[in-house]
Amino acid sequence: MATFLLELVSPEKLLLSRPVEMATLPAEEGEMGVLPGHSPMIVALRGGVIRVRENGAETEALFIAGGFAEVSPERVTILADEATPLASLSRATAERRLAEAEAALQEAIAEPEPKRDAAYARVQAFRTAVSVAQAA
Amino acid sequence: MPSLKDLRGRINSVKSTRKITQAMKMVAAAKLRRAQAQAEAARPYAQRMEAILASLGAAVAASPDAPRMLVGTGGDRVHLLVVVTADRGLAGPFNTQVGRLARARIRALEAEGKQVKLLTVGRKGAAYLKREFASRFVGEVTYAGKKRVDFADAEAVAMQVAGLLEEGGFDVCSLIYNRFRNVISQIPTEQRLIPTPLPEGAVAAEGPQALYEYEPAEDQILATLLPRNLAIQIYRAILESTAGEHGARMTAMDNATRNAGEMINRLTLNYNRTRQANITRELIEIISGAEAV
Repeated sequence: MATFLLELVSPEKLLLSRPVEMATLPAEEGEMGVLPGHSPMIVALRGGVIRVRENGAETEALFIAGGFAEVSPERVTILADEATPLASLSRATAERRLAEAEAALQEAIAEPEPKRDAAYARVQAFRTAVSVAQAA
Repeated sequence: MPSLKDLRGRINSVKSTRKITQAMKMVAAAKLRRAQAQAEAARPYAQRMEAILASLGAAVAASPDAPRMLVGTGGDRVHLLVVVTADRGLAGPFNTQVGRLARARIRALEAEGKQVKLLTVGRKGAAYLKREFASRFVGEVTYAGKKRVDFADAEAVAMQVAGLLEEGGFDVCSLIYNRFRNVISQIPTEQRLIPTPLPEGAVAAEGPQALYEYEPAEDQILATLLPRNLAIQIYRAILESTAGEHGARMTAMDNATRNAGEMINRLTLNYNRTRQANITRELIEIISGAEAV
């Protein structure tokens, strides 16, 4: 099957760079599956799980806390704020981060909109983290 | 002329200094490797970010309500300089180098009648610039006592800069730091942050870039992308500066160790000569005493 190059980078390191068949991205306006030959686009990502398919099976699932993706027909670059493979995401860590994010939201509630929204997005992201950590 | 005891004391003190400098050199070498790895790991993200920003920025920069972080306020009156140095000294000219560049810039800008604001990252730069420019400080950040600087730290600095921008605190923002070229050479560099410099040639060359679809709209993506870019630029500068710091310290300590070695040789020679002279003198005294009897 046709493949495209998937690159996943976080500010701290390059996590993934190899040809894959399909990737599912948590785009801001809904999950989005990308196959080779996708029309070029730039999407904002919310907190969620990136799933990668190779050789007809899901081979990789990573949690990201938000970011961007640049999609072109032969390659997808994901700039993640923070990325952790689901296998190494423990429920306790996720819950702790969620609590932190909620505390930050409480503080930011009086702030002007962009800051409050950012804090809210983080809470959402870690809610997802907790739920997927549970499932794993 | 120093007595034998003095010389012995000095030789011993130089020897223990050499032990310290040697140990510091080893530590710096180990830390340098780690810092370099960290800087390299951060590179791909910065590169991809630049590419996205270039294509996005070109599309939006021309519009009248382009975000401030991209095009600046349009003015050129108040400059914010973010100066990145190390938290510790004993690294040769590493910190003064940046300090000197910053001072030259401040002088030049003020001579042109512009207002300068300073934000320092790292204790040494703050100490250096405070002597002369204390009134221009808007903030200082240090990572003293922290083992490694991570992205969240850089983000905090970026937030501070963004906050200042929002309240109209400055028109132009530049970053001054030591660029890491190799272990023995760090180049003090000034880099503009706001307005965001867009590579003009690249945009023209890659015409089809404009065909991107955006989700959500360009300006919304840009609104989240720009602060991120700011943070990543600062992060990169801090990492480069950290790598440079350890490189500079390694070189400085290597020199110090070598100098200490030379000094020990010289002092030892001196010590032996003095000792020999003393023995000869005593012998002469004994012989002439014996002859006199």
